[in-house]
Amino acid sequence: MTKRHLEGEAVRAGGFASPRTFSSIMSRMAGLLGLFVLLALSSPAFLRSQNLINVLRQASLLTILSCGMTLVILTGGIDLSVGAVATLSSCMTANLFRVGQPGSSVLLGVATALLVGALCGLVNGLMVAKVKLPPFIATFGMMQVARGCSLLLIGGNIIYGFRRDFRFLGAGVIGGIPVPIMIAAAVVGVIWFISRKTVFGRSVYATGANKRAAMLSGVHVDRALVQVYVLNGVIAAFTGLLYVARLNAAEPGFGDQLQLQAIAATVMGGAAMTGGRGDVTGTAVGALIMMMIINGMNLNGISSLWQQALTGAIIICAVLAENLSQRRK
Amino acid sequence: MQCPYLVQLKGICKSFPGVRALNNVDFDLKPGEVHVLIGENGAGKSTLMKILSGNYMQDSGEIILGGKAVTMDSPKKAEESGISIIHQEFNLVPQLTVEQNIFLGHEPRCKMKLFPNRAVSRSDAGKLLERVGLDVGLDERVEDLGVAQKQLVELAKALSLDARVLIMDEPTAALSSREIESLFGIIRQLTGEGVGIIYISHRLGEVHEIGDRVTVLRDGQGVGTMNVADVVLDELVRMMVGRDLSEMFVRSRVPAESGRKIVLKAERLCVDGLLDDISLEVREGEIVGLAGLVGSGRTEFAKAVFGVLPVSDGHIELFGERVTRSNPRNLIRMGVGLVPEDRKDEGIIQILSVQENITMASLGRLFPSGIVKSSIERRTTQKYVDMLRIMTDSLGKQVCFLSGGNQQKVVVGKWLCSELRLIIFDEPTRGVDVGAKAEIHRIMDDLVRQGVSILMISSDLPEVLGMSDRIYVVRSGRTVREFARDEASQEEIIRHAMGGESCAS
Ligand SMILES: Nc1ncnc2c1ncn2[C@@H]1O[C@H](COP(=O)(O)OP(=O)(O)OP(=O)(O)O)[C@@H](O)[C@H]1O
Ligand SMILES: [Mg+2]
Repeated sequence: MTKRHLEGEAVRAGGFASPRTFSSIMSRMAGLLGLFVLLALSSPAFLRSQNLINVLRQASLLTILSCGMTLVILTGGIDLSVGAVATLSSCMTANLFRVGQPGSSVLLGVATALLVGALCGLVNGLMVAKVKLPPFIATFGMMQVARGCSLLLIGGNIIYGFRRDFRFLGAGVIGGIPVPIMIAAAVVGVIWFISRKTVFGRSVYATGANKRAAMLSGVHVDRALVQVYVLNGVIAAFTGLLYVARLNAAEPGFGDQLQLQAIAATVMGGAAMTGGRGDVTGTAVGALIMMMIINGMNLNGISSLWQQALTGAIIICAVLAENLSQRRK
Repeated sequence: MQCPYLVQLKGICKSFPGVRALNNVDFDLKPGEVHVLIGENGAGKSTLMKILSGNYMQDSGEIILGGKAVTMDSPKKAEESGISIIHQEFNLVPQLTVEQNIFLGHEPRCKMKLFPNRAVSRSDAGKLLERVGLDVGLDERVEDLGVAQKQLVELAKALSLDARVLIMDEPTAALSSREIESLFGIIRQLTGEGVGIIYISHRLGEVHEIGDRVTVLRDGQGVGTMNVADVVLDELVRMMVGRDLSEMFVRSRVPAESGRKIVLKAERLCVDGLLDDISLEVREGEIVGLAGLVGSGRTEFAKAVFGVLPVSDGHIELFGERVTRSNPRNLIRMGVGLVPEDRKDEGIIQILSVQENITMASLGRLFPSGIVKSSIERRTTQKYVDMLRIMTDSLGKQVCFLSGGNQQKVVVGKWLCSELRLIIFDEPTRGVDVGAKAEIHRIMDDLVRQGVSILMISSDLPEVLGMSDRIYVVRSGRTVREFARDEASQEEIIRHAMGGESCAS
């Protein structure tokens, strides 16, 4: 009709949900690059390939865990139980099947862990979707239950000494590249595909952005919620296994801080806690930024006492900057 | 020297990424006048008003209040300068009560300024509600109100500020004639007190009824400002769209064949506290209008059919089968859709894109494998963007950045996209301009020709009369009268909708 109404091919449509998501990912990339240059300048050791691979390796497990957290946060929820679930499932596997013992089945052990994770996620999902508990409460409860179970299961003991083929998952190297980095890349790819290219992923975004409108458009909101929490539980359990494989030890308590780190990485990656906004690629960048900051502080000899405080402050500043830039018109 | 203008806007320009929303626009307002602002969807009306009310900063141009240039850098500043605005997309906090919303940000305080003065705010809020003619409890939560009621709460909120300049962005889009009457009463009273009012509307009849001067915007530019007395309606339309336009779509009627299948049948349908006794039927290829006052239960009926409100008594039959447990998902699968009245909370998903919104209700049909194919999705969306002439610079634009009327078109597009057999339209043309309204009416006509059935709820009586094959009038949760299309008249419908005097049906 009017000249301002664009016809046919003239209308742009990106693969990204919106130009804004795209630009926010770009700004995060720029942040990553800036940080990279800063660290390279501050310490010559940073650029050594061994160090770079180290950073990636450290970021990989956090990245995997944060991918699940991103889905949950996209629905407008939160999952405080992932650290505890990671611990519980891996302790259970370590204890019951003695992955370390010769003759036991690695496959069976891994399957058990994932099943435990899925079950915890299912309970979380049902509590949120059907019982309508606030996600914070439901998953807080799950966190405590899972922690308690881990302690009941193996007490204060540490189980160590696992089979080589199992440890390969966390500590192996193929062609100079650590296996966890490859796994993380694969997980990011898969979750990106699920969230951006499937009907299920669309339901996740829609549910988080406007639950009521989504429901009225025929989106199966409850089912999407349950599926997301289950998937997140499985991812948590899987991450737990990778930790055990890397450390060659399972102990209750190793995952106590994990959920907070995952939430921080997701938010640093540009996801909104209110739901519907964010992207796993952003989250991966967020996890990388966090690990680079820690690495940079190590290289520059900043004491670990200061590190925690500084990391916290940096996270707050990053999110604040993001919010301010969103508000400016 | 006294400045004759309350407000002068000079050479206002504003661009958003990808769009030039305003280009060198002048506008002014004198005390005691109603200055009407009209233009097509996306012409820039709301943007201009958001600049005046401090929600956006202009890229260039001046805002002059009472002769002094000011920078309007926040809504608070505008409020302090005596400018208050009723936003097109309401600005209410759904979880708060009516009273809390009215006084949000300027609660009456006790002497020490520490605590809110509950007694004063209560009685003031009560008076305001009475003044705008809204009959709801002060403690009712805003999320439980209908769109028209939210509109009146917005009005009460704006009035509570005692502003000298009052901006009304499409205040009547969701109101029925009774509320509009009382709104006009309030406007006349305010102008009598010297308040200046900027009034935006797509109901062009209102220009002559309430306006003193009128300014037309087209594609972000001012086309002209005139005294209302000097222009006729056709000329306004021509200025708005840049060409002649027959204002209304007229349905070409085909005589109804008898014995067409009944698609929707409601029998003595009740919903606790909201509906008692709605009985009606919709046949294949028919447009049935549902008329009534705001709050009469039309929207609630639509929601009950769509499985959102629980039916407490009576029953619903769809396509000849009795519906027992219904929810939106099942109904969509059966071929039933509801274009909801409340587009902001129930229609669109604001932070998702035009594309994601339009295909939202059709994902299962378009992608049975569960994998979204971008090319198909884009092509499908493009079809509806073209059909409804949705003005957006990209399919990936977030819907909340579209103009109000274009958001409404997205909601309509979503339901057209899902290829249904029965569509319930609740205020389908709320906020869309004359041209687009005729276009939507033409599409509805096409649909019924193809055998789709339509149940249309509208507060716009000419729309109901012009489009419907049959009309039911609803009053206090009951269907009180059925009209065939040639029996119905505006007066008759209003009389039955209001009830009261000699209502022999
Ligand atoms: N925040 C924003 N970001 C990007 N574009 C915007 C934004 N706000 C408005 N626009 C664009 O500016 C143009 C003018 O919009 P505006 O809301 O002023 O129209 P309007 O005249 O009020 O239309 P309507 O009658 O539909 O309400 C539209 O093309 C719209 O898409
Ligand atoms: Mg507008």
